[in-house]
Amino acid sequence: MTQPPVAEKPDRPPSSEEAPVASERTSAWRLVLANKVTLGGLVVLVVVVLAAIFGRWLAPYGINDVDVTNALAPPSAAHWFGTDELGRDVFSRVLVSARVSILVGLVSVSFALVAGVVVGLLAGFFGGKLDAIVMRCADVLFAFPVLLLALAIVAVLGPGLPTAMLAIGIVYTPIFARVVRASTLGVREEPFVKASVSIGASSGLILRRHILPNITGPIIVQTSLSLAFAILSEAALSFLGLGVQPPDPSWGRMLFDARGFLGTAWWMSVFPGLAIFLTVLAFNLVGDGLRDVLDPRHRTAIEARRVK
Amino acid sequence: MSANTVIDVQDLRVRVGAARIVNDVSFKVERGQTLGIVGESGSGKSMTVLAATGLIDAPSAKVSGTSMLDGQNLIGLRRSKLEKIYGERIGFIFQDPATSLNPVLTLERQLTEGPEAHLGITRRAARRRALDLLEAVGIPDPEPRLAAYPHQLSGGMKQRVMIAVALACDPALLIADEPTTALDVTTQAQIISLVRSLQERLGMGVVWISHDLGVISGVAEEVSVLYGGQVVEHTAITDIFNNPLHPYTQGLLRARPYLGGAQEELVTIPGSPPDPKNLPKGCVFYDRCPVRLDSRCETELPPLTDVGDGHLVRSFCATSGGENVRNAWEGTRV
Repeated sequence: MTQPPVAEKPDRPPSSEEAPVASERTSAWRLVLANKVTLGGLVVLVVVVLAAIFGRWLAPYGINDVDVTNALAPPSAAHWFGTDELGRDVFSRVLVSARVSILVGLVSVSFALVAGVVVGLLAGFFGGKLDAIVMRCADVLFAFPVLLLALAIVAVLGPGLPTAMLAIGIVYTPIFARVVRASTLGVREEPFVKASVSIGASSGLILRRHILPNITGPIIVQTSLSLAFAILSEAALSFLGLGVQPPDPSWGRMLFDARGFLGTAWWMSVFPGLAIFLTVLAFNLVGDGLRDVLDPRHRTAIEARRVK
Repeated sequence: MSANTVIDVQDLRVRVGAARIVNDVSFKVERGQTLGIVGESGSGKSMTVLAATGLIDAPSAKVSGTSMLDGQNLIGLRRSKLEKIYGERIGFIFQDPATSLNPVLTLERQLTEGPEAHLGITRRAARRRALDLLEAVGIPDPEPRLAAYPHQLSGGMKQRVMIAVALACDPALLIADEPTTALDVTTQAQIISLVRSLQERLGMGVVWISHDLGVISGVAEEVSVLYGGQVVEHTAITDIFNNPLHPYTQGLLRARPYLGGAQEELVTIPGSPPDPKNLPKGCVFYDRCPVRLDSRCETELPPLTDVGDGHLVRSFCATSGGENVRNAWEGTRV
């Protein structure tokens, strides 16, 4: 995330020495792909993203093609995921909804990530008054339940997808700020930071080059978790009518629409739920895989295991 | 202050709350000269050099005195000015090479950081320089090593890299804070001879901190013995071994274990170093001193006196060439 991927170099026959030669290092991407679990997550993500981009054209039915005579039909060859209470094709709606869910996840988490990392880094590194003020503000944000705070923000700014994304982003910012601040506090005391001060590095350089790369692990984990929760938050907001406006579908909306039919039409809740579950899982798996590969120490261990 | 003086520290004091960590320490380092600072853990060695170079980061620490480098007093200097001095005029090597290098950056990034910041040279030139530096500190086949991460090197290699980082901009002064403590004895010897040869080539002044008199004897021309945050004895390195005068210095030398000799038990100095929050009113070594020549020892702080040829001692007991102290120490053997 913060580190550029290591450039691919042509393979050379490995020298006999243990000297770590650049060209002997496996590329980061290849290591990510070598991990079957991460690869699985990546495949799911690619599928979801493709659905998000091309879903509109791939969907066999229009998302709002009402066919009341065929309402609540179970999965069949014509309707793979069945139909809902208005006879709309669940498969098409799940496919098209990927766009909203991915968009909300990425936009709101990117916002929270950037704001939270900047705030957390500065607070953790400089400490003192800045830290006290910023983190007390974060505490205030924390004091509200996530959904309530998001509701309040949406209520002020008016409902709709953009405000929902902004609200979710704001709500998750203090979580990132806290994680980043805590990690920064730990890394700040490491001798290599003092060593860097002792060769005349400025605070900005130390933050960018020494602290940030050392806290990517927790940031990546927090990002993948937050992506998952952001998708769920969007679902909740949409359910309350403050997110995606009907008749546009989103996984969360579909799930909540299905709540009345849990006993009679399981497919209405299972398929959107499955979509959320798989996407969230995939984000987490890919996050884990990335974290392992981006840390040089872990990476050497992985490379060593591959050689065996 | 002669033209050759690299750093001149006078009356350095560090207070952290009620604790008197460093008390009126003065020292001077010339170009090409090495000053050793020895003392037990907690005697204020590291705090002395950190305070003298303005590197103390504890906001509660109060530092006073002067520390002149290039006509500037480093004490109380603004951080932005210090940044220009660190790396370019002063290089530091720290105790633990394992944690003094950033684990997630390649050696190249860490070696080029200083030169890029201070010399304003291009990435390419900085890389060339990094290669030269690695070669200078005795790392074989440096080219592929530039892409290596710290965990792929041994402890001795890491310390060599640290030295390369510290010397990247040809500093006039090198501060070595127990740089060999975490290394085994043979590596220790290699690092010592490396620093010595680099010092001869570059003509820098070195302040070498250690608790190991053996290491100090290998690197330093002059040595200051620190106890309770004070210089208790300062002299040429040979004098410390041949003619130690302060009871503490003698006690330290007696406590050195010898290889091979059939020793029944290890000699120690009974007692423990004084609490910096509660330093004795008189001689700092009073509680553990076997001599206690004078009633003044308990009530009056002995001055740092020149007993000839720049041999400074802070003790009332250092009379008759230290013979009385030696006898007193012998008397403590049971």
